[in-house]
Amino acid sequence: MSKQQVYHSSFWEEVAEDDNPFATQEAYCHGYNVYEDILQKATWFEYLYVMFKGEKPTEAQAKLLEKLAIALANPGPREASVRAAMNGGVSKAAHASSLMAALAVGAGQYGGSHEVYIVHGLLSKCGCDLETWREELLRPSDKSFADIWLPMEHVPGFDPNGEKTPTVLLNILDELVKIELGHAQLTWLKENRDELELIVGYPMSITLIAATTLYALGFDEHQASMLFLILRLPGAAVHALEQRDVGWKRFPFYSESIQLMNDPGDKGLPVVEGLNL
Amino acid sequence: MSNKLLLKSEDKLETNMGKAFLKERVVMRGKDLHHDLADMDWFATHLFSITGRRFSANQLELLNYIWSSTGYPDASIWPNNTAALAGSVRSTASLAMAAGLINSEATLFGGRPLKRTQDFFLRARKMRTEGISVKDIVEGEIKERGVIFGYGRPLASIDERVPHTLLKVRELGFGEGECVRMSLEINDYLIETRKIAMNIVALDGAVGADFGFTPEEFHLYMNLCFYSGQPPCYLDAVEKPEGSFFPIRCESISYSGKGRRSW
Repeated sequence: MSKQQVYHSSFWEEVAEDDNPFATQEAYCHGYNVYEDILQKATWFEYLYVMFKGEKPTEAQAKLLEKLAIALANPGPREASVRAAMNGGVSKAAHASSLMAALAVGAGQYGGSHEVYIVHGLLSKCGCDLETWREELLRPSDKSFADIWLPMEHVPGFDPNGEKTPTVLLNILDELVKIELGHAQLTWLKENRDELELIVGYPMSITLIAATTLYALGFDEHQASMLFLILRLPGAAVHALEQRDVGWKRFPFYSESIQLMNDPGDKGLPVVEGLNL
Repeated sequence: MSNKLLLKSEDKLETNMGKAFLKERVVMRGKDLHHDLADMDWFATHLFSITGRRFSANQLELLNYIWSSTGYPDASIWPNNTAALAGSVRSTASLAMAAGLINSEATLFGGRPLKRTQDFFLRARKMRTEGISVKDIVEGEIKERGVIFGYGRPLASIDERVPHTLLKVRELGFGEGECVRMSLEINDYLIETRKIAMNIVALDGAVGADFGFTPEEFHLYMNLCFYSGQPPCYLDAVEKPEGSFFPIRCESISYSGKGRRSW
């Protein structure tokens, strides 16, 4: 008999039914009984916060996380991760393929979770000090060695293709700072956004707001990245489902817009005896 | 910056990579797929799609060997484990394969070490031409990056792929490649100074550098190197009863967190 394999966890515990070691009688998340206490008394965002952080959130923390979740829930069908999900939806691929596509594309460093990860690092380094921000934002991306992640091509947290800060982002920031969190970072962002955008030369993106909010809530860079991925999935799912019904005839197909710059020309199809075309 | 790039790109993609003229023909990197590239097998075509280059027969044989010798049908290996879990719960074949595949773009093995190592050899080769010694290259890399991917096996733990692959490298005429030779010199140096030896990543990365891949090309080439181990693990799980792939009992979650408390 080989050794019994064990998964180690510092936040999840299960107690088996008396008659079946593989069936759960009780489960505990950071010591709280999940299917009694948490299920009865907690909101979804309180539970989410406890799971990641290990302690119950304050009312303000839970509310802020929920507000951020609303802000992130649907990036809309123009956004790359949602478009990837819709490609799965319109072709009627498995539902999971739409969400896996949304996660893979939404993980990117132009508007995706890896950008949130990087911005979180800036927040840890710069806090509320504008001069440090100026120094870090203007620091060129390290291109001295290769990694699975490509070098950053823009200032993290900002949109190089933006004109001015989109109204929806201002609305989001306005709403989030209304929640009295007892952490200065979000308010500081609101008060210094103009200056930061002036330093960078283009407007902030949703990744800066999301990373700042998650940082202010006490999530580390890995947790922030994961939550950003999770919280953007609802819109991807619904858009993917919608395109199943809209159908491929009314879905973009970009062939006509693709211009081949090195076309060798038509060499024709072979004529094959016995094949009627 | 501004939205000018978006306005310019809205309805136009200019490319040299390819296009499908459906019902007529397909162009890949300036070549007609069904005419100009019809003599290539899938593997060569795949490499052509990544690099735009045709590799020699011996190069293709070695690159193929690197893949085939790395696909282990062992369900304990993490990507295969994922594929088997998908099979055990009766997910689809493609979801299983995709899930396993993306698990292999990892840091402890797979994607990141491979790319970082190949990039290291590209940089090391340049330093060698500038007259820097192997010792200084290695010590500089460790000082700057904290690690040299591709080396780190304790001496007692041999990577079984290394001797097989090195033999193949030499048989096919690539043993004198600058980076292959350097990978062995570094191995000697690290054994002597730190009692650690090379694993297959060092040799793969050295071959990738000698063959002229850019890091991005090498990343894409190595992407599927573990893939062939996944289908057998998925199929094995599918052929067995649902949920029977190493089931975990509740007590096998070893808990070390906070004590019980009320909400």
